[in-house]
Amino acid sequence: MNYTPHTDADVQHMLQTIGLDSTDDLFKPIPESLRLKALDLAPGISEMEVLQVVDGLAAQIAAQAPALSFLGGGAYDHFSPTVVDAMISRGEFFTAYTPYQPEVSQGTLRAIFEFQTMMCELTGMEAANASMYDGSSALAEAVLMSVRINGGSRVLLPRSLHPFYKQVIETYVKGINLEFVEIPWTETGGMDIDVLKSEMNENTAAVVVQNPNFLGVLEALDEIGDVVTPSKAAFVACVNPISLGVIRPPGDFGADIVVGDGQPLGLPLAYGGPYVGFFTSRDEHLRKMPGRICGQTTDVDGKRGFVLTLQTREQHIRREKATSNICTNQTLCATAVTVYLAALGPQGMRDVGELNWNRSHQALDGLLALDGVSSKFSGPVFNEFVVEVDGKASEVLGRLREQGISAGIDLGRFYPELDNCILTCVTEMKTEADIARLVDVWGTV
Amino acid sequence: MNRESLIFERGASGRRCATFPNAGEMTTPIPAGMKREIPPALPEVGELELVRHYTAMSRMNFSIDTEFYPLGSCTMKYNPRVHEKAARVPALAGLHPMAEDAQPALQVIWEMEQILMAVSGMDGFTFQPAAGAQGEFVGISLIAAYHEAKGNKKKVVLIPDSAHGTNPATAAMCGYTVRVIKSTARGTVDVEDLKEHLSEDVAGLMLTNPNTFGVFEDQIEEIAALVHGVGGLLYYDGANMNAFLGQCRPGDMGFDVVHINLHKTFTTPHGGGGPGSGPVGVKNALLPFLPTPLVAKVGDGFKLDFDRPETIGKVSSFYGNFGMVLRAYVYALMLGAEGMKRTSEMAVLNANYIAKKLDPFFDRPKQAQPMHEMVFSASRQKKANGITATDISKRLIDYGMHPPTIYFPLPNVAPETMLIEPTETESLEQVDEFIEAMIKIAKEAEETPEILKAAPHDTQVRRLDEAMAARQPVLRWKKE
Repeated sequence: MNYTPHTDADVQHMLQTIGLDSTDDLFKPIPESLRLKALDLAPGISEMEVLQVVDGLAAQIAAQAPALSFLGGGAYDHFSPTVVDAMISRGEFFTAYTPYQPEVSQGTLRAIFEFQTMMCELTGMEAANASMYDGSSALAEAVLMSVRINGGSRVLLPRSLHPFYKQVIETYVKGINLEFVEIPWTETGGMDIDVLKSEMNENTAAVVVQNPNFLGVLEALDEIGDVVTPSKAAFVACVNPISLGVIRPPGDFGADIVVGDGQPLGLPLAYGGPYVGFFTSRDEHLRKMPGRICGQTTDVDGKRGFVLTLQTREQHIRREKATSNICTNQTLCATAVTVYLAALGPQGMRDVGELNWNRSHQALDGLLALDGVSSKFSGPVFNEFVVEVDGKASEVLGRLREQGISAGIDLGRFYPELDNCILTCVTEMKTEADIARLVDVWGTV
Repeated sequence: MNRESLIFERGASGRRCATFPNAGEMTTPIPAGMKREIPPALPEVGELELVRHYTAMSRMNFSIDTEFYPLGSCTMKYNPRVHEKAARVPALAGLHPMAEDAQPALQVIWEMEQILMAVSGMDGFTFQPAAGAQGEFVGISLIAAYHEAKGNKKKVVLIPDSAHGTNPATAAMCGYTVRVIKSTARGTVDVEDLKEHLSEDVAGLMLTNPNTFGVFEDQIEEIAALVHGVGGLLYYDGANMNAFLGQCRPGDMGFDVVHINLHKTFTTPHGGGGPGSGPVGVKNALLPFLPTPLVAKVGDGFKLDFDRPETIGKVSSFYGNFGMVLRAYVYALMLGAEGMKRTSEMAVLNANYIAKKLDPFFDRPKQAQPMHEMVFSASRQKKANGITATDISKRLIDYGMHPPTIYFPLPNVAPETMLIEPTETESLEQVDEFIEAMIKIAKEAEETPEILKAAPHDTQVRRLDEAMAARQPVLRWKKE
């Protein structure tokens, strides 16, 4: 199967018009030595057959998957209202290109403008860009932007930052020499503010905070803000946006840049992507921001319209002096997030936040009542928490899996000292019965 | 009801769309200093209102589904519906990236790697990059890691003047100095100029082939030998790979690192500007440096291999845009070897047909036989009547077609450029309709230039004041 509509007569007519004898002549510009003799691939198949292949893969997953999953750790199972996928499934959205021709791209541009507005509202910040690839690359770009803002070369990263995000930051900054300092956690699971204070110096480019952090713990943003905002270092926060209906945003505490992954806001898990990064900052840093930005203007008749703007920061104008090399981003995912937030509104965001909070605390309380399960950190948690078990986490998780439950992430994988700790996530998708089952089964293993 | 409203200008306080089960009592309270008291000012709309709003908005867009979209370098081919269906199969769409039962997902990634290896002639791929530009970043980081491992001290990346802006931006991001190589009258790399820029300092050359004039770099073997001769590596920007899918391979041309835009050649939808997917392939010597993890085949199964001591690291929160890789996999399976060859044949046929038919009416700065796209210029129209590439492209909108890419290649390389890429999925009738419209516009440029200057005429908004948008940035909605 292929999607070329040309009949033999069309091909002949076109070749004749061009003045070539065969389709092979179309490739005359390629030196003979480079022409591929045979492409080593199977013959094509029909739509019916390819769907059978895909259904086979899906059936294999369904046959092995645990009945209940409490996995989080940067990707979350949330409810997405049906209208979200229905709207982004409109061909006018998903088969359009980057809005370089604004007169025929107002739909996409308006979606981006609404997205930027919503991201500012959620995070408590003043300006947002059109989207980044995902949460980790958004955070890495935030670190690069901090260096552009203040010229510092030291970056303070919490040990409780998502380990994959940390790796992405380290990969992104290889082109410039930065020194990383790790800030440990205390028994609350939050950042050690005393160490943070002692590590601040005039060379500090950025202090990164994740909220909730990889251990599920909500950070004391007020205390961190008090330490960072008087300095010239940038206060960079990476947040789980679905918490922001009930949890105060970093913008309230003087953050300079707030980023995160929009996946919890209506996007499927999809084995890790496509997700969408969001990127917000304060107005004063606007021209240092990476990525596309949509702005409002008027047309020749004075009518409101939208365009990509501040493009002198970007690669297609500035080339090697651009603030970032980003071109294609994640617009359709940003559109999905926009529809999701429009569907939920302030009350829906509050409802879903409270549900996450309540259900996870219900699970945590239930588990802590079991023998052999104890609390690891004392700080407040949103929808993810760490419990300590007797013996290896991997063994406990293995026994739970045999009972059809994927109970969480073995933290020993990322922190050797936490090899008896499990990170469990409970979102609004888990019913009270699901939570009761988790606790009951855990009690038997 | 004003269809021009933003979502914030619709609705009413207290109106709801999505609702959730009652959360019940908060047995553990949110600590006072952390609890949000002032809710975010999000829209409050009903479901029908929401659907009408976003449906109306979607209709303000041109898209492949609704209009011919000859946007050069972007490969706007038809996005098959079956891809969307496959990506939404619940077991795959709902698969958590840390799930332990991900064998089928790993199988898709591994098999797609084998397909891209066959198509490109490379020895291994990472699927982490979310787009072409992130692929470039990975690719140049790989080249830097390779040189570092060899103890090479190299500081310069060479880039032709016709290159996409992401190329120099990427090289700079990786700490390299960019040197620009001239192009010849035919639009290809000026080999003499390249020779003058070659030294032990050169880490690599970034090249698109066919280049952004749509011209095949037929001296590529000599270019590769020259760059390799000074210990440099060749980077292939796969933006234009649709031109020779199944006909030849960058790996055979001497390229050491490639990125392939799945959202171009393998037709995953552009989504109004992403999500894309920009897998990066390398030759054996660079395999150790690929991002972690990679998918490895172990017996009959697959695993994520995190044990990669020489890796450049990671660029994605997890493993890249799996949903897009899955779509591309479906496409590749359906096309097979013959379908891929047919794809490039018809893409190049459509482009050459357009070039031939429009040659009498517009200047074509580089007179070589084009591949899948070609660059015309409005310089003749500009000289005669002051008509620019912008005017022509805006007038095309009145004829119900999306404009070509304009002013790329850049004005310092060729003036008033219009980069036209029809793709293989457009029929002869559609291509003819485009040609007729362009010929009419060429006549209008002489007879009624004012119509072009004022175009487009029937769109939701007309020409927009981009200078004002940048001078007084309004980047979010605010209540008046």
